[in-house]
Amino acid sequence: MDINVTLIGQAGTFLVFILFTMKFVWPPIKEAMDKRREEIADGLAAAERGQREQELAQQRAEETIREARNQAAEIVDQANKRGTEIVEEAKASARAEGERIKESAQSEIEQEVNRAREKLRAQVATLSVTGAERVLRKEVDAAAHERMLDDLVSEL
Amino acid sequence: MASGENVAQEYVLHHLTHLTVGEGFWTVHLDTLIVSWILGIVFLGTFWLAARRATAGVPAGWQNFVEALIDFIDNLAKDTFHGARHFIAPLALTIFVWVFLWNLMDLVPVDLFPHLLNVVFGVEYLRIVPSADLNATFGLSLTVLGLILIYGVKGKGFGGYCKEFVTHPFGPWLFPANLILNVVETLAKPVSLALRLFGNLYAAELIFILIALLPIWVQFIPGGAWAIFHVLVVPLQAFIFTVLTVVYIALSYEEH
Repeated sequence: MDINVTLIGQAGTFLVFILFTMKFVWPPIKEAMDKRREEIADGLAAAERGQREQELAQQRAEETIREARNQAAEIVDQANKRGTEIVEEAKASARAEGERIKESAQSEIEQEVNRAREKLRAQVATLSVTGAERVLRKEVDAAAHERMLDDLVSEL
Repeated sequence: MASGENVAQEYVLHHLTHLTVGEGFWTVHLDTLIVSWILGIVFLGTFWLAARRATAGVPAGWQNFVEALIDFIDNLAKDTFHGARHFIAPLALTIFVWVFLWNLMDLVPVDLFPHLLNVVFGVEYLRIVPSADLNATFGLSLTVLGLILIYGVKGKGFGGYCKEFVTHPFGPWLFPANLILNVVETLAKPVSLALRLFGNLYAAELIFILIALLPIWVQFIPGGAWAIFHVLVVPLQAFIFTVLTVVYIALSYEEH
C-alpha cells in the first residue's frame, strides 16, 4: 500500500491516453455524429418541404381539373347552341330555296303557257286561211264567175 | 488448525502483493502498470478503430456502441462544464472507459491470471486490478488536481484564482481562514477521488479473495452474489470518478 514511482508512470500514461483520445478518437466520431445529425435534420426538412409542395401541387391540380371541367361544360353548351343555330339556319335557307324553286318553276310554266298560246294564235291564222281556201275552192263556179267577170268588164 | 490459518493468511497476503521492481520510492508495480497499459491500449485501439471507420451514414455494431458512449459522455460534460469541451469531454471519456476496464478486472476469478502466469512464466506475484492499487488511483486523481489548477487559472486568470484562494468564502478580512479552507478543500478533491475508487475496489478484491478460501462447492453462492453486486459497483465507480472530475474542473473554471 506504499506510494511509489508507479504513480508517476500511471499519471504519465493517463496524460498520453487523454491526448490520444483528444486527437484521434473523439474528433472523428463526434464529427461523424454531428454530420449525421445535420443530414437527418436536412432530410426531415426536405421531406416536409416535399410534402408541402405535393399538397400545393395537388391543390393546383384540383383547381386545374375544376377549371377544365367548367371550360368543357361551357364548350358543350356553346356547341349545343351553335348546333341548334345551324339547324335553324339550315331550315330557313331550305325554306327560302324551296320558295325560290317554286317561283322559278311557276314563271317557267307561265312562259310555256304564253308561248303555246302564241303558237296556237299563229296557227289559228293559217288554219283559218287554209279553211277559207278549202271553202272557197269548193264554192267557186267558173261560169258564174266568168259572167261576173264579164259584167265587171262591161261596166268598165 | 494453526497451519490452516497460516495457509489462509499466506494465500491472502500472496494475492495482495504486487509484482515489483526496484526499492523504496523507486519501486515499480509492474502488474499495475502493465495491466493498465494493456487495458488502455485495448480501449484506445478499439475506439480508434471506430473513429477511423466512423461515417456519417448508418452506424452499425461497434460504431453504434462507441457513438452512444460518446454521446452520453458529451452530454454529461455539456451539462456540467460550460465552456469549450474539446479537452474536457475526451478526458471524461478516457477516465470513464479506462477506470471501467480497471474495475472490470475485479470480476475475473481471483486465481485465474496469477496462477496462469505463475505456471507459464513463473511470475510470482500478480494483482490484476489496477484500481485496487493506490498508485493507480492517485496517478489519476493527482493529474486531475493538476487539471483543476490549470483550469482555475485558465478560467479566472492567475490573479483571480489566487484572489479566490484568500478571499473566498469569508471575505478578505479572514484571509488565513480562507486560505486554509481552500487549500484543504482543493487537496481533499484528489484524495477523496483516489481513496473512494481504491477503497471500493480494494475491499471488493479482498472479499473475492476471502470467498476463494471457502470450500469449492459453496463458493459460487457468495461469489455469485458478490459478483452480481459488483456488476453495479464497476460502472458506478467509474461513473462517479468521471462525473466528479468534470464537476471539480467546472467548479474551478467558473465563477461562483
